[in-house]
Amino acid sequence: MEKRELICIGCPMGCRMTVTMEQGQVTQVSGNTCRRGDAYARREVTNPTRIVTSTVRVEGGILPVVSVKTREDIPKGKIFDCVKALQELVVEAPVRIGEVLLSDVAGTGVDIVATRACPQAV
Amino acid sequence: MKYDVVIIGAGVSGCAIARELSRYQLKIAVVEKEEDVCCGTSKANSGIVHAGFDAPSGSLMARLNVAGNEAMEELSRELDFSFRRNGSLVLLFDEEDRPKLEALYARGVENGVRELRIVEQEELRQLEPQVGPEAVAALYAPTGGIVCPFGLTIALAENACTNGVEFYFDSTVTDIRRKGDGWSVCTADDVFDTAFVVNAAGVYADVFHNMVSGTKLHITPRRGDYCLLDRTTEGFVKHTVFQLPGKQGKGVLVSPTVHGNTLLGPTAIDIEEKEGTNTTRQGLDELQAKAGRSVANLPMNQVITSFAGLRAHEDSGEFIIGEPEDAKGFVDCAGIESPGLSSAPAIGELVAGLIADRLHPLINENFCGSRKGILNPALLSKEERAELIRKKPAYGTMICRCEMVTEGEIVDAVTRPLGAKSLDGVKRRTRAGMGRCQSGFCSPRTMEIIARERGISMEEVTKAGGASRIICGISKDSL
Amino acid sequence: MKQYDIVIIGGGPAGLAAALAAREHGNCQVLILERDRELGGILNQCIHNGFGLHTFKEELTGPEYAARFIERVQEEKIPYALNTMVLDISAEKVITAMNREEGLFEIKARAIVLAMGCRERSRGALNIPGYRPAGIFSAGTAQRLVNMEGYLPGREVVILGSGDIGLIMARRMTLEGARVKAVAELMPYSGGLKRNIVQCLDDYGIPLKLSHTVVDIQGKERVTGVTIAQVDENRRPIPGTEEAYSCDTLLLSCGLIPENELSRGMGVEISPVTSGPVVNESLETSIPGVFACGNVLHVHDLVDFVSQEAASAGTHAAAYVKGLTEEEAAQRDPAEEQRAFPVKVQGGIRYTVPTMIRPDRMEEEQVIRFRVGDVYRNRYLSLYVNGRRLVHRKRQVMAPGEMEELKVKREQLKDCPLDTEILVTIEEES
Repeated sequence: MEKRELICIGCPMGCRMTVTMEQGQVTQVSGNTCRRGDAYARREVTNPTRIVTSTVRVEGGILPVVSVKTREDIPKGKIFDCVKALQELVVEAPVRIGEVLLSDVAGTGVDIVATRACPQAV
Repeated sequence: MKYDVVIIGAGVSGCAIARELSRYQLKIAVVEKEEDVCCGTSKANSGIVHAGFDAPSGSLMARLNVAGNEAMEELSRELDFSFRRNGSLVLLFDEEDRPKLEALYARGVENGVRELRIVEQEELRQLEPQVGPEAVAALYAPTGGIVCPFGLTIALAENACTNGVEFYFDSTVTDIRRKGDGWSVCTADDVFDTAFVVNAAGVYADVFHNMVSGTKLHITPRRGDYCLLDRTTEGFVKHTVFQLPGKQGKGVLVSPTVHGNTLLGPTAIDIEEKEGTNTTRQGLDELQAKAGRSVANLPMNQVITSFAGLRAHEDSGEFIIGEPEDAKGFVDCAGIESPGLSSAPAIGELVAGLIADRLHPLINENFCGSRKGILNPALLSKEERAELIRKKPAYGTMICRCEMVTEGEIVDAVTRPLGAKSLDGVKRRTRAGMGRCQSGFCSPRTMEIIARERGISMEEVTKAGGASRIICGISKDSL
Repeated sequence: MKQYDIVIIGGGPAGLAAALAAREHGNCQVLILERDRELGGILNQCIHNGFGLHTFKEELTGPEYAARFIERVQEEKIPYALNTMVLDISAEKVITAMNREEGLFEIKARAIVLAMGCRERSRGALNIPGYRPAGIFSAGTAQRLVNMEGYLPGREVVILGSGDIGLIMARRMTLEGARVKAVAELMPYSGGLKRNIVQCLDDYGIPLKLSHTVVDIQGKERVTGVTIAQVDENRRPIPGTEEAYSCDTLLLSCGLIPENELSRGMGVEISPVTSGPVVNESLETSIPGVFACGNVLHVHDLVDFVSQEAASAGTHAAAYVKGLTEEEAAQRDPAEEQRAFPVKVQGGIRYTVPTMIRPDRMEEEQVIRFRVGDVYRNRYLSLYVNGRRLVHRKRQVMAPGEMEELKVKREQLKDCPLDTEILVTIEEES
């Protein structure tokens, strides 16, 4: 039996959780206050994932960059591949909030979406 | 390039001399190693216009201090910079030291300081309720004043520039050689041939003097650490409060500034390094302890910045002004430590007079001695301010929220003669970034204005010229 | 002079939520004055996720969270002025403001909600010795440069202070191609949220050096390095523990200070502990009809709680403007109106918001928010009314970096005498 102590990153409460594992299988999660915590703990000890937030260059917008995120979590090991994929990307204004700016980033199957609007510069 | 006079150093002395010389038909260059005026000794000091009781009677320091103090008020009106006679107090903590206070009084009277008197306990506390409990009496000099050192230097420089003086920045003088009866002043890019050289190089004045004269000078950079308190402390002290040099050595001062801050400083630490303007923990701690003796309940939680400046202390402890015997045409203006700022108007006149006596130049008929500073909209009435914004909408956009500086003022600072090129240049001219957030909010916006007005990219904007770039590149450029 | 029922100073998360609540509860004429180019305040540069779990039950980024509120403000057609700086507010609630289009103008308000937010503690306020080169940024300034303007402020970074913005920026700078060498924290605990230490530092192998501070900054033009030293229990550097870090950038995340210059100017009483206004249960300051919420009142960790608090301030502002109906006024017991109970703190609690509760004005349930002054493990948070313990809640860990709250019900204060005291304290055992 193996026990791992985790701090939940699901929300700012930061619950301290204990994950009990037997032969690579999670048998118990304790210390969490919600179901998200349980899910996070199970993922974190087997296949840790993260939401990635960054920016993408915009041409002709009121700002030179627009903020973006991965719509869902991607594997932790893919974070740098993800931002490298954004390095080359340039989009044209206007950008709408929620607009998909890149599909299937770094082969994760997850889209990059704009997290704010970037209207055209006047 | 041929000049009549080349002035090395665009500090307060160099600029005062340049402005006085611009009254004549002379071709004048000011050569400065930094990117702007007022970047060395003139930048970081107490901003005090001393009454003139400190310097030994009969000294050049004493004479120029008193004369400079007297000239400052009219000059501030002519050149539109901030100056106020707030009066100064030298505190006596120990009755044992009273003879020293009386000696200081007597010296002041001999130096020609007006209205000087000793005030006792009761009157002292009426004048300045916050003085520390140990103070028993004080020397009171109503003629003591405060000035914005940047305001004064920039005003002198701008006016000199308007009257034809040429300024060369980012130009370090590497060599000075005899050429005929005159001199060749060399920088990396230029050679200036000139009849006269003025050596107003602050802590480097010994280096240039020693290039041309066999009688050597030696200047020690004497570091002074300062703490500046937020304008929320305005009125905390009204006078400049000094301490009588006593058993514990030279004290520090606590003073209001012309902009409503409170200033503590300086320490006095002799160093070797001529660019050693770093503060130290020891220096800052010492400063707070000493200042706390002068003034009770100092609101140290209101400190918004600390900095250090270097005084150019020559071994003789006296201003060295004039031509060395063995280097005619080379005019020293060296060892200009305190009261150098106070003396600047008089130093300008003295050195300009000395050169005019030799060159007999014609009067510059077009000389205009007055200059308008950067308009401060906060000083206008509401109606006038509304009208200004109608005419120039940039005065309606607030950039620095702490010091309430608008885009209009920053554009003015960048585009006027000898305009600001960097964030610090803007700060010294407008106070944008000098407030309680120390440019946290306004620096990205000020950078945009500098970039736009000077036609450079954001990456090229610097804090203070040279390699002091603020931005290293664009995001992800090195992934 | 233009007149409004309620003028809200600041269009960040607090101002937006206050405006919406005021409109909802009073159908008042509301105006938002915002100094920046767009609504949303500092959320616009907080592009990381983690916002909105309480308010929207989903995880949003800062700009997305702001957009939800901005859309509603626009739907409600609540007027707002951008690029508008408030220069002064008089005790009589006359606001002097300025922008390019309207010039300098005055507005008379019946009620004011202060929602100006906070600023970061600067290098100067921290009194860090050394040179003053380029390359020293407050974490928020760097955040704006990176996240909104697309610039990289530095390539090799040391961060002083483990406040949330500093931790978030450690990750942001790393993902934008910079190398973050260390985060130094003066205190023996972090000032930020635990989750941010995990996902911003641990994920990227960035060391967090607790009980360490920067004792020297090198570099005359641009930062070339900093010296970090360990500190003793009195937070004084320990000689001999100095370590040199070569870097071109120092980011500072050493605390936030409510921006109350306007509040002070109009004569609002300010708490020396929070640096924010002293308020009662209605979040009303010492000047009747002037309310405060969000980071101008006290620095929060979570924007969700800012929104909650601001909605409460907006609701109370609307009630103030509406006044009482004749019926309500008739029903009021004059004796009841005099009851105003101070909220006192003890045993390691630094402050509370509010500091006074009037039972006849409070909502069904009053939230009391506060911070503790040290790290406490396995202690109880207790609330006493006149020595009687009403709340006793176990907390595994409490830290200064994380805001706490307790609730007191109107019912519980109903029959209390005039000299009632409410006490919030930390206790060892049940």
